[in-house]
Amino acid sequence: MRLLRWEAVLALALIADLFFNSLVSPYFFNLWTLSDATYQFTEKAIVALPLALLVIAGEIDISVAGIIALASVAMGLAAGHGVETSALIAIGLATGLIAGAVNGMLVTVFKVPSIVATIGTMSLFRGTAYAILGDRVLKGYPASFAVFGQGYAFGPVTVELALLLILAALAVLALHYSRFGRGIYAIGANAIASRWSGLAVDRYRFVLFALTGLMSGIAAILLTSRLGSTRPSIAQGWELEIVSIVILGGVAVTGGKGTIWGVLLAAMLLGFVQFGLGLLNVPGIVMSIVIGALLIAVVAVPALSAHRAGRVTLS
Amino acid sequence: MRKVFARPSAARDGFLALLTLALIVAVSARFPRFASPGSLADVLDDTSILILLAFGQMLVILTRGIDLSMASNLALSGMVAALFNRTFPELSTAAPIALAVLSGTLLGAFNGVLVWQLRLPSIVVTLGTLSIYRGMVYVLSKGTWVNSNQMSQPFLQLVRAHFTGLSALTWLAIAAALCAAFVLRYTVFGRNVFAVGGNPQAAAYAGIDAGRVQCLAFTVSGALAGLCGYLWVSRFAVAYTDVAIGFELQVIAACLIGGASIAGGTGSALGVLIGCLFLGVIKNALPLIGISPFWQMGINGVVITIAAVLNARGERTVKRAILEAEPV
Repeated sequence: MRLLRWEAVLALALIADLFFNSLVSPYFFNLWTLSDATYQFTEKAIVALPLALLVIAGEIDISVAGIIALASVAMGLAAGHGVETSALIAIGLATGLIAGAVNGMLVTVFKVPSIVATIGTMSLFRGTAYAILGDRVLKGYPASFAVFGQGYAFGPVTVELALLLILAALAVLALHYSRFGRGIYAIGANAIASRWSGLAVDRYRFVLFALTGLMSGIAAILLTSRLGSTRPSIAQGWELEIVSIVILGGVAVTGGKGTIWGVLLAAMLLGFVQFGLGLLNVPGIVMSIVIGALLIAVVAVPALSAHRAGRVTLS
Repeated sequence: MRKVFARPSAARDGFLALLTLALIVAVSARFPRFASPGSLADVLDDTSILILLAFGQMLVILTRGIDLSMASNLALSGMVAALFNRTFPELSTAAPIALAVLSGTLLGAFNGVLVWQLRLPSIVVTLGTLSIYRGMVYVLSKGTWVNSNQMSQPFLQLVRAHFTGLSALTWLAIAAALCAAFVLRYTVFGRNVFAVGGNPQAAAYAGIDAGRVQCLAFTVSGALAGLCGYLWVSRFAVAYTDVAIGFELQVIAACLIGGASIAGGTGSALGVLIGCLFLGVIKNALPLIGISPFWQMGINGVVITIAAVLNARGERTVKRAILEAEPV
């Protein structure tokens, strides 16, 4: 029935947008411009990878931006006490991992639905960041810390982009070429059947939440390093953009369906669309209309065609 | 059957009410003025908009949905009312209010129709409209503010009117509470809401169109958000793009604390009302006891998380009793 795979649609849209951007600015197809443009999506995509796994498994985590804020504050406080770069990284990762584990505990041990649990921890994590910092800014990062968000791995490829590519490759292996990945699909399709087939469903869930926390910690390191400062409002509203990337990437919110390729393409598409609108001097708030409309269109169009074809069944 | 209809959450509502009272007593022990009628009336006034929104959100949550676009709807409808009042200041205040409610109703119905006709998950739809509606406030106002000196006096004064010590806003919240309790308990729509949330399949077999009930819930939620758009803009005497940004989470939090279950079908008007008052008392007590308002969000987070854990435990025991074995 379907003419094209969803990933192909995204790829075509991406090519069309790149073409459009090149019409807007003659300087767009310059390696360094493109390299700059990748900053629009690298950090968000790094969080979208584990979140995609989580959504495929039938769960959701909307506390990711809160985790980024908390991890950034933790690193900022440590940097203020003269902590070295390598230790700062460890602190950022540990904060993310612990925050993710808290979410995992709430869902697996206390059986709280993940949307409720992460609405709570989203306020908790960001609220803690606000409670610690108030209206202050943390700045005292060592010079060597800047390499993660501002450095280049080779040529015009930024450290962030290189890291994203490595993590994405790992995510592809984990989801599409491992038993762990098959388990994720199985749980998302039918958690009860999976449990009765001997899958340790709650262990999967816990690991996925912890992983999402850890990757949010990585995003916190990159973002903090790129900005060179920490405010409690850092990454505000990112949870919506990251969830949008995952859904736009073709991951079903009902679980059991989706690919890493789709999520990566969606992250790039959104990033380049935002960059292009930026070239046109469109304010960020107007971009949010585009993103919101895109998000609804993505789920509405297939539903609409099914509706037309009269294939809507009682679920 | 009696067990099903007798609210198992009565004890929980009682506990939350006692906790709220204990909070008031504890704060007023050090700051006696907090418990004075005038000060408590201020707390009520400050919590009224939250209460109105929470009843709309509760309807949606009861039908297994969630409305994340509420605060954006509020901002857009409030901006519509404010712009209308700025352009036609001589017209009666009823006109901008009606316009705000109409705008809110349409925006809510848009969510509802997508959920009903296309069977889209409400979290995706309202996540999308959260961005769209918020962006439209900016487009509509061209990024400008509508300040109090651009609003007509009646437009500003209506919410400030006081009757028998309570503000008009408070009376509106009280009326909404009575209305919500009545509708949920004694009307066909109210019972359908519980039926759809409790078991959509069984509701379908009983001849209830689940999608239609959901759509209605979203429409009512939108209408309340629209009304609150006017109330918010009038109360704070300013309209701009970021009005009430992030407030949807407080509204959802109040519902969850008040015992509404995200799984649908469980919740009561009384519980949600007490949940709102609990949050309202905390919010108003914090500056008194010298805690910076920056702590507000963190404290909300703690409260929501604890309430969620307690709710989940309660639901689990009920499920156990029915299913005996819990596979997952």
